[in-house]
Amino acid sequence: MQKWLTLLKERPLAQAALYAAFVVVTALGVYLSDKSVVSFLLLLSSLLLLYYTAFSNGVKWIVGGVLLLIVIPFAASGGASHESYMEVVTQCGIYVAMALGLNIVVGFAGLLDLGFIAFFAVGAYSYAIFSTPQANNFISGQLFPLGGAWFWLFIPIGGLIAALFGVLLGLPVLRVKGDYLAIVTLGFGEIIRLVFNNLSKPVNITNGAMGISSIEPPSLFGYSFTFPHQFYFIVMAILAVVLFAVRRLEHSRLGRSWKAIRENEIAAQAMGIPVIATKLTAFAVGASFSGMMGVVFAAKQTFIDPTSFTLVESATVLVMVILGGMGSVPGVILGAAIVTILNLQVLTELTNWFNQLTLNGVVNIPAALSPSKMQRFIFGAILVLMAIFRPNGLISAKNRKADAEKLKAHRVPAPVPASQSAEQSGGAFK
Amino acid sequence: MKVKKGLSLAMVTVIAAAMLAACGSSGKNGTEGAGNGGGSGSSLPVIKIASQSPLSGGSSIQGEAIKLGGQMALEERQDEFKQLGFDLQFVPYDDQGDSKKGVANAELIGADKSVLAVLGHLNSGVTIPSSVVYEKYSIPMVTPASTATEVTDRKLKAVDRIVARDDFQGPAGAEYAVKTAGAKNIFIIQDQTAYGKGLADSFQTAVKGLGATVSGYEGITVGDKDFSGVLNQVLSKKPDFIFFGGMYNEGGLIVKQAREKGITAPIMGGDAIDSSGMVDIAGDKLTDVAYSSVSTDITKSNKDWADKYTQKFKKNPENYSAYAYDAMNVILDGVKKAIGDNGGKLPSREQARDAIRATTDFQGVATKVSFDDKGDNKFAKVFIYKFDGPKYPGELISEVDPK
Amino acid sequence: MISEIIQTLPQVLVDGLALGAVYAVVAIGYTMVYGILEFINFAHGEIFMTGAFVGTAALFLFRSAGWLGGMPGWTAYLLVFMIAMLFTGVMGVGIERVAYRPLRKAPKLISFISAIGVSFLLQDIVRFIADLRTGNFLVTGITLYGGNLKVATSSVWHVFDDAFIKTNTVIVLAAAVLLMIGLDFFVNRTKWGVAMRAVAQDRETASLMSVNVNRVIALTFFIGSALGGGTGVLFAQQYGTIDPYIGFTLGMKAFTAAVLGGIGNIRGAMFGGLLIGLIEMFASANLGIITGGSFGAEYKDVVSFLILIVVLIFKPEGLLGRAVKEKV
Repeated sequence: MQKWLTLLKERPLAQAALYAAFVVVTALGVYLSDKSVVSFLLLLSSLLLLYYTAFSNGVKWIVGGVLLLIVIPFAASGGASHESYMEVVTQCGIYVAMALGLNIVVGFAGLLDLGFIAFFAVGAYSYAIFSTPQANNFISGQLFPLGGAWFWLFIPIGGLIAALFGVLLGLPVLRVKGDYLAIVTLGFGEIIRLVFNNLSKPVNITNGAMGISSIEPPSLFGYSFTFPHQFYFIVMAILAVVLFAVRRLEHSRLGRSWKAIRENEIAAQAMGIPVIATKLTAFAVGASFSGMMGVVFAAKQTFIDPTSFTLVESATVLVMVILGGMGSVPGVILGAAIVTILNLQVLTELTNWFNQLTLNGVVNIPAALSPSKMQRFIFGAILVLMAIFRPNGLISAKNRKADAEKLKAHRVPAPVPASQSAEQSGGAFK
Repeated sequence: MKVKKGLSLAMVTVIAAAMLAACGSSGKNGTEGAGNGGGSGSSLPVIKIASQSPLSGGSSIQGEAIKLGGQMALEERQDEFKQLGFDLQFVPYDDQGDSKKGVANAELIGADKSVLAVLGHLNSGVTIPSSVVYEKYSIPMVTPASTATEVTDRKLKAVDRIVARDDFQGPAGAEYAVKTAGAKNIFIIQDQTAYGKGLADSFQTAVKGLGATVSGYEGITVGDKDFSGVLNQVLSKKPDFIFFGGMYNEGGLIVKQAREKGITAPIMGGDAIDSSGMVDIAGDKLTDVAYSSVSTDITKSNKDWADKYTQKFKKNPENYSAYAYDAMNVILDGVKKAIGDNGGKLPSREQARDAIRATTDFQGVATKVSFDDKGDNKFAKVFIYKFDGPKYPGELISEVDPK
Repeated sequence: MISEIIQTLPQVLVDGLALGAVYAVVAIGYTMVYGILEFINFAHGEIFMTGAFVGTAALFLFRSAGWLGGMPGWTAYLLVFMIAMLFTGVMGVGIERVAYRPLRKAPKLISFISAIGVSFLLQDIVRFIADLRTGNFLVTGITLYGGNLKVATSSVWHVFDDAFIKTNTVIVLAAAVLLMIGLDFFVNRTKWGVAMRAVAQDRETASLMSVNVNRVIALTFFIGSALGGGTGVLFAQQYGTIDPYIGFTLGMKAFTAAVLGGIGNIRGAMFGGLLIGLIEMFASANLGIITGGSFGAEYKDVVSFLILIVVLIFKPEGLLGRAVKEKV
């Protein structure tokens, strides 16, 4: 075994062949069977494997793109479960973007935010209110509803409004630190939800607890998007933008300022980093990702109400970040994918299986034990165990290591190609 | 480097697992193809009926009742379908009373081609978004409990309900409040949920139309245990009638705390306080509390059925149990008719959908059913009951027929 | 409008005090732990909730064993109270040992996350047990003192209405005052209290003065959690019905109370608790009247959370606390 592995490590070609074999086998498994959650999950895990292969970064991006845009949609389209597979990956994509947003606030800047779902709500409501007659209640002229073509414009608008709210929430950071900040953000998140829930009088803005229904699905040149496999591509496009932004930001001056503030605020200030502005941008950027996905969520659900934006949702996103590894982009993506799939597929399937067993009288499993009820238990356990045993998460954050020789040679600091980044783990919270 | 080694090892293991899984699943696929849908040993084609209701959370009592009622009807007719050449199966889903969960489940249900119909949901807030998905996949849904007007007002082909609408229940309650109980000065409390507020609003419009005044309209928070604040406001307004739109969890506590504060005005609620939970919570403070319900008291109107239910599940039936039972029978009749129309072969979802919508003069254990063009039941009645003392269900005061 | 508000004022005060007393005792738990470890025990609200469930379960046990008829109500009350306090106290120490102590040297963010995890775990474990035993997580217990007293406030000033006060409210208030006085005495007058204050001041130096720091921290958790659990019993008796999620919002409000009074300050927590209780009750009784129906009682939680945010931003040291310069 040992010998094989060394062999494998030294031969990129062999690795490539094995990897390709894996993708083909799992993809065929998904394509040919009507419903096989296991092979679908394995197909998704090929993305994780890709991260660990020895290919150069450019190749990884290309292969990843091909997998996401061609292989996965195609493989899923084979069986009867096409839409349900796509629903799962679409939701994964939405949560990945949100987790990446929260990662900027918690992971990079070290500001614990327990009200993150509020921004998602803001994005969702901004599209919902204007794409339905709801907006006529407070804007005169019967201009609404706007058509589904406006959806595309609302993605940036939703992001912008959410960013605005991010700054608004960020204002307390001028005064509050540490776990106080966490409590303030929690309070803020609850206030937003309660206000959305109650704001049906004196002016009916959010339609209160009744929620907003019949939200326009997106349309492009008369072609309207209603099925999960269509939303999948919208989500992937936004995700690509988000990923690009995160990768660029992480190693920019701003990204380094965030990390500096996380490690030692006073030292950072002494080095001339504008602490307040830097923290506020972290809130704004993180919130904007969430807001964009909120718009997509509203269009996909066609109905939203305040019950979708509770504290448990905020905690879910936080669990994703903690599980994956604070500050680590690949980690957070992994964490978001694991938690979403766990919630949507694994727990539901397990529950159905238990129900079936109970109905058939094989064993009697009490309803209290049904796995889909155990969400809080699982999240709680993940948080405690990760905090104690792996505070850096599944894939811990790596800082890019500067190449001293090269720096000397160029004198002007040039960006180091990512392929040369050596392992230096444990940037976050060591 | 140690890490890398471990990972490559993991990679090999995963690949091996993938091979196995692929073989396993394709193998399963093979047998399915041969046997035209295997499952539990029989080789008959499978028809699944799903149910969606909250099996966990605040309204799990009613959710469980819906599941069990549906299960009972389905199990009784399994043999009948076996003779038609189909293996009938029941798949209960838990929507947790959460619209997101409901929609995600609906996608799963839509993906499972052997599911021909859905029984559920309980909460209107979940029914509305989920039914959009059902409509997309043409899966018929029959709800035994969702009362919001919006459920059927969108005129979806796939959505039917066998109980009365809020804009019928609210006015029926208002009629009782003003004409029977003689209320002139009414205080309304609602729980700021889609259900509670919807009902309270339609009640408010109706009582105003009947000439009573509404002296206060207040919202409470779901999950709270102390309602003294709102009740103190009631004290200062001195109403002669109190209406509560919300669930029994809060309703029971409001009744109890109101009586403890010496508020003796009659209190009225909607079908969500039609639960034995009211008795548990309010205890002997449960006096002079009326409620409108879309369901009949099954333990009185059809005692044989109720006994059968109790015997089967070792639980007393909730009122929704009987409606779920009827809804399931409406579904199964529709499916059976669709099978017949299709020459004994497995019908498509569209055929099942249209057959269910065409239901006329179905006589169930709790209600008669004929659907109109929106999917509302023409025979849905509203019943007014009254609790006077800790005994569930309350005493039947009147039945209100649809206009 | 004004007359309506004044009319119900006695009743609002009574209800506000009862609610405030519950907040105050729970707030003490937050404050004690924070005072010593500078750490927000986010799971404290859930400890309170567990206490409520343990107390209710003990009462059910008494009844099924047939003891309840044989002893006077106050004995049962006291016994249940003790059982719940002991249980939650031990549980608090256990939680500290397992989930917080290994993280004492880790960044605060990590231990806070662990605390959130504990809070979720407790919610679901209690939910699970209640669900398994009764088929529903909403549990209605046995009320020992269901009586009602009338306070003739109308004879004080004719504008007032009479107020009704539950017998149990009197017990809640009395128990809260006793607990607070006892605690104040313990912290300020006993050897253990001195040790606790010493650890709060400077952990290192205290350990050099032969104070067993770990034991003091465990004791703090024991007392704080026992207070929370005891309050849970009072709460269950006051309202009759409990569910596993009562701890969260109540914990948030108790925390607000602790912050309002000045976190780390025990008397401040008592004061803050009573104040928050009164404000909340006043808001839910009168918001609708004051704003003419535009904003109603549904905004009472918004009011509490706004107080929290405003205090944290503008006066983080609280009303009774003193400002602490940040150590560099």
